[in-house]
This record gives sequence, structure tokens and C-alpha cells, in this order.
Amino acid sequence: MSKRVALSGNEAAAHAIRQINPDVIAAFPITPSTPIPMNVSQFIADGKMTTEFVTVESEHSAISACVGASASGGRVMTATSANGLALMFEILYIASGMRLPIVAPVVARALSGPLNIHGDFSDVYGVRESGWVELFCQDSQEFYDTIIQGVRIAETESVLTPVMPIADGFDISHTVENWYMEDDEAVKEFIGEYHPKFSLLDTKHPVTFGAWAPPDWYYENRRNQLEGLLSAYEATKKIDQEFGEKFGRSYGVIEKYRSDDAELIVVGMGAVSGTIKDAVDQMRENGVSAGFVRVKLFRPFPYKDVIDALKGAKAIGVFDRCISAGAQTAALCTDVRSAMYGNSTVPIINYTYGLGGRDTTVEHVKEVIEQLKDAAEGKTVSPVNYINLRA
Amino acid sequence: MAKKLSFLNKLALNKESLEGGHRLCPGCGHSIIIRMVLNTALQEGYQPVMSNATGCLEVCTGLYPYSSWNIPWIHNAFENAAATISGAEAMYRSLSRRGKLDNDKIVFIAFGSDGGTYDIGLQALSGAAERGHRFLYVCDDNEAYQNTGNQRSSATPYGTRTTTSAVGAIDPIGKKQKRKEIVEIMGAHGIYAAQASPSHWMDLIKKVKKGLKQNGPAYLNVIQPCTTGWGYDPKDTINYAKLAVETCIWPLYEIENRRSKVNVKPKNKLPVEAYLKGQKRYAHLFTPQGKETLERIQKLTDERWEFLLEREKAGF
Repeated sequence: MSKRVALSGNEAAAHAIRQINPDVIAAFPITPSTPIPMNVSQFIADGKMTTEFVTVESEHSAISACVGASASGGRVMTATSANGLALMFEILYIASGMRLPIVAPVVARALSGPLNIHGDFSDVYGVRESGWVELFCQDSQEFYDTIIQGVRIAETESVLTPVMPIADGFDISHTVENWYMEDDEAVKEFIGEYHPKFSLLDTKHPVTFGAWAPPDWYYENRRNQLEGLLSAYEATKKIDQEFGEKFGRSYGVIEKYRSDDAELIVVGMGAVSGTIKDAVDQMRENGVSAGFVRVKLFRPFPYKDVIDALKGAKAIGVFDRCISAGAQTAALCTDVRSAMYGNSTVPIINYTYGLGGRDTTVEHVKEVIEQLKDAAEGKTVSPVNYINLRA
Repeated sequence: MAKKLSFLNKLALNKESLEGGHRLCPGCGHSIIIRMVLNTALQEGYQPVMSNATGCLEVCTGLYPYSSWNIPWIHNAFENAAATISGAEAMYRSLSRRGKLDNDKIVFIAFGSDGGTYDIGLQALSGAAERGHRFLYVCDDNEAYQNTGNQRSSATPYGTRTTTSAVGAIDPIGKKQKRKEIVEIMGAHGIYAAQASPSHWMDLIKKVKKGLKQNGPAYLNVIQPCTTGWGYDPKDTINYAKLAVETCIWPLYEIENRRSKVNVKPKNKLPVEAYLKGQKRYAHLFTPQGKETLERIQKLTDERWEFLLEREKAGF
């Protein structure tokens, strides 16, 4: 039996980790994800989980230890944010290149400078080429559920790719919400046992991990690795569906909210989704044909689903909680435009929002939808806009 | 003597952990030291699991789709051999505790050179040592970043010419700073830390055995003459390792329970010239402009040696 609890997003992540009870965790504290390792330490001290917790001296060593541990044939997790993820950058590529199924919840936060500890996607956008699966969650429930699903996705044989479940800093991590926690046994049953194909600790069958590849092999390695990442698309769908059958909640790779018949569609990810849905509801009450498409699976990008969801729109507004410095539009908008290339000619407008924890309200989103209406009617609208930014 | 030889014979009879056919330079100290360390571990009945920092040893032995390793081996990056092995060791403890693994023969060994140890990897090494993982860290110290072509490191001694501590028309010295005393740093972690040389193989093997017996971290700093970076004939590798010990430039000592012991005290301490001469990286010292630097190297060497003897005598 699941039970309804009122806990923060960080606690949701910590409980998911407790129930997964991985063989090794290596983590280093950083705001806003610090409560995750804190809770893990308490769970271990209280005898509620039996994980080997490696209290490393940096995030670089956290992910490095995760690589060593994962290559040694067990389940491995870490958690981090912002500058911590940036410090891991080098090793994120090595973890995915070695096809190690590490699961690393990230509480997304702005990158310095200036120093800012609040919600923002600069960190998780910054690592989008690293070959990890990136799953953006909209609330604590989904963060909890996605971390559990993430273990299965990462360990799927065709995938064998590390997975990053993502929640906005503070908006989700430090907000207490009601959510359902499943039974420990049910979670254990859902994730099953991990059977690695290779292990450093199998001394009878010595394996070389991390050989270097010269120009005559590197390219093939990278191309083959991509197959694993792309396979995460089907695996995510399948595992999410199984999760739904067992626990009654599933999310898909995208979520369509009143978008099927909508002319003006907002696209976004993460915690802002609730605000956008409220705005869509209010606009619908006023007779505006508004809808919302939430991208859950950001890498690999579910372009077919996005095309299907957006092909009937007359104007599209894409929300990005990050500036992709120097690019024409930020990353999600660029991906949406790329997906719609040849499938639609309607305006696709970029809205930057929420940088460094800046508020985005229902009113802001309603203004965006009004602007999309103008764009759909052929009026000139700036292709890139900054919500709630001082002039 | 008979005993010594019988152990050497046994070492030679082991199945090699590092296969021939790797791409290290002729006369490279790496393969000599690595084989001494790993063969000792095998001879003692251990099953080594190894992590290797990026560097010459790594690129010359793990070139996809080939591998020179007959033991489990992982290369992660340059600065994290210690963090990587700490993860492997944590997994070993976890799986053993959970009844998923039953093998008390496994030992964990991390290899790095001075770049990956003294410099970019020092933080990860210190962290892993402080956390108390059971592993032996072996630094093959070739006194510069040799894999990228002989750039100075914090292990490069005073007065050494490297490609980033150049000697030129207005600079007769080369590196202006003294080397970092890494064994002291590692000893200050309260762990077993020792310095060894492949020329004194019995001493090296003893230290490897001692390191592997620790119920925690151990650190071994081994001089690794580099034929290309140091600039000498490949046949002289062990000769230079030996001269480094005999000039007291490379003292063989250990720190155990925070107390130090000088293991080899040369009966006839040679002047530093005996070691420096013949190495291209020190050719500038044997010119009129290099005289002062040469004298200073002798002075620094004597001071360090005297300090080690005095400290040992004082019981610390």
C-alpha cells in the first residue's frame, strides 16, 4: 500500500534512494541538493538502508568514485547541483562512454557567476551533450517516481547509459508537497536485481575498462554509444508504462495538456509546468485555444512525439530556463525548431524565464499566450523574449 | 643471498599481469616498476584490481581494441585514479557485506605518475587516504609531465630543465622551485608512506608487501627514470635509479605510524654530479653558468638527507 506523505522534493529523492538501496553512493553536498546526502546518511545511521556511502571531498571525486564502483558491478548513485555538476563534467562523458548505468538525481540550479543558488537549468542544459539520459520532472511525486524508473532505464541492456532525473532547485527540492510513497518491498520488486555483464571484481575474467581510442576507433565508439542513448526512448516509454500499471502513475516521454485541439501551444519542462497549466486553464475559460506540451524526456529528444503534438499549432512558445549563450534560441527552443523543420511553418518563439530563481507567474504565461495569438495572426513578435526581466 | 634469489625466481615465474608487446619506450621505468609491484602482489596470493591515471603507462597499455592487462584494470581520467579505486573498493566492501561477493584475495592498487599524483590528482588522493579505503597507491615519479613531453611538475627538482622550465640565454637555472615532498604529505595522513627505487628491488618489494597488508591506505613513491624526458641511454634506467639513491637525491625511507625510518644509508655517499651528469635535462649545470645551481642542488640534497637522519634519530 502506498502512503500519502507531505515532504519536500529532496526528501522524495532521498526516500527513492533509500528504497533503491544502491550498493554504493558517492556524493558531496551542494545547495540545493544537500538534503539528499544528509538524509542518506541518517537513513544509514538509523539502519534503514545498507548502502556503502562514500563521503568524497568533491563532486569530481563523487562521479569518479561512481565510475569505479559501477565498473565493479553494482548499483551506484550520486546526487548534485549546479557547480557540482559542472565539476563532474569531464567524468560524465567517461561514465556514459563506459556505458555505466549510474543514476544521478540533479537538483537544477544556476551556474556562477555571479554566484546564485536558485533554480535554473544552466547546469543540466550544459551537460546535454554528455550522453546521459535527462528526464525533467514537474513535482516531487514525479521526481520520486522518475528516480525509481531511472534505475530500470539505465540498466536496460540495450541502453546501459547513465540517467539524470532532474528537479528545479527550491521550486521542487525545498517545497513540501503531498505525494505518494510506495512500499519498500514494491519498489524493490519493481527495480529487481542488477546483473552486470562485466565487473572489475570478477578477477577470473579480467576486463579492461577505459582503453583509449585513436582516430581509427573513437568515431565508431561514439556512434555505438549513441545507439544506447537512443534506445532509452523506447525503454523509458516501456518502463514508465509498467510503472503505471503497478503504481497507477505514468508520465510518457512528453505530456500533452489541453494541446490536442489547441492553436497556441506553450512548450516547457520542469516546475514551471504547473504555472503554465493554470494559465492555459484561465485562457481556455476566456475562449482562447491554448495548450501546453511538457517535455519530460529531454535527452534523447523525443522529436516524433513533439512533432505530433505540435503539428496543428498556429503559434508555438517555448520556455527555456537557461540562456544558450550566443545561440539564436535556447536549447529546448532550438530542439523544437529542429523537430518542426519541414513539418510546420508557424512562428516558434523563445521565452527565457526563471533564471537564478526569478519568479514566473500565471500572469506572465498569460501574456505569452496573448503574444502567441498576435504571432498566429501574423503580427510581428520578437523571436526571443525574456520573461520578468528588468528593462 | 639464496633467499633473495629464490624470491626473485618466483617473481619471474608468475604469469605476467602486464603482457609484453605494450608501447612503452625501450628502457622505460614504468614497466619495470609495475611488474615488480604486481608480481609481488600475485606472489603473495593476492588478486590485484588496478586503477590507472592517464599518462604514459595508460596510453601505452590500453589502446583500443587491445589491452596489455591480465588483471582487472580501469582507466578513468588523469586526476582521479585514487577516487576511482576508492569507488571500486567501496563496491567490494558493499558486495562482500551483502553476501554478493566472496573473495578475500582482492587488493586494490592505483597507479599514477607525478602529474596525476603530486599535482592534478592530489586532492582526490588525499580524500581517498583520509577516508581510509584499503588500497595501495603507487606513484611512478618521473619528475615531470612526460606523457605530454617533459613539462615541469611539482615533483621536478630545483635546477631541472624541462619544456616549461626552460634554460636559455638569460636563464641558467631551469626550475627555480624545490620539489614537493609528497611522502611527507601522505605520511601526514597517518598512513603508511614510503619511497622506493627499482634499483633496490628487495626494499621496493618489502614496501609493496607492507603496503598491501595495511588495513587501509598506503602510499609508495617510486623513482621512475624516463629515458626520453631525462635524456639518457635506455640501458641506464636502473643505473640512474641506483645513482639517485647513492647520491641521497632519492632517499629510501618510510613513514609508519607517523615515525620515519631511513631504509638505505649509502656507505659511500656520492656527490650529486655522479647522478646528474649524463642526463640531458641537467647538461646546463655542467657549464660555467651552471656552477651555482649545481652547488645549490648539492646543498639542498645534503640538507634534506641530514634532516631525514636527524628525524629518524629523534624517533619521529
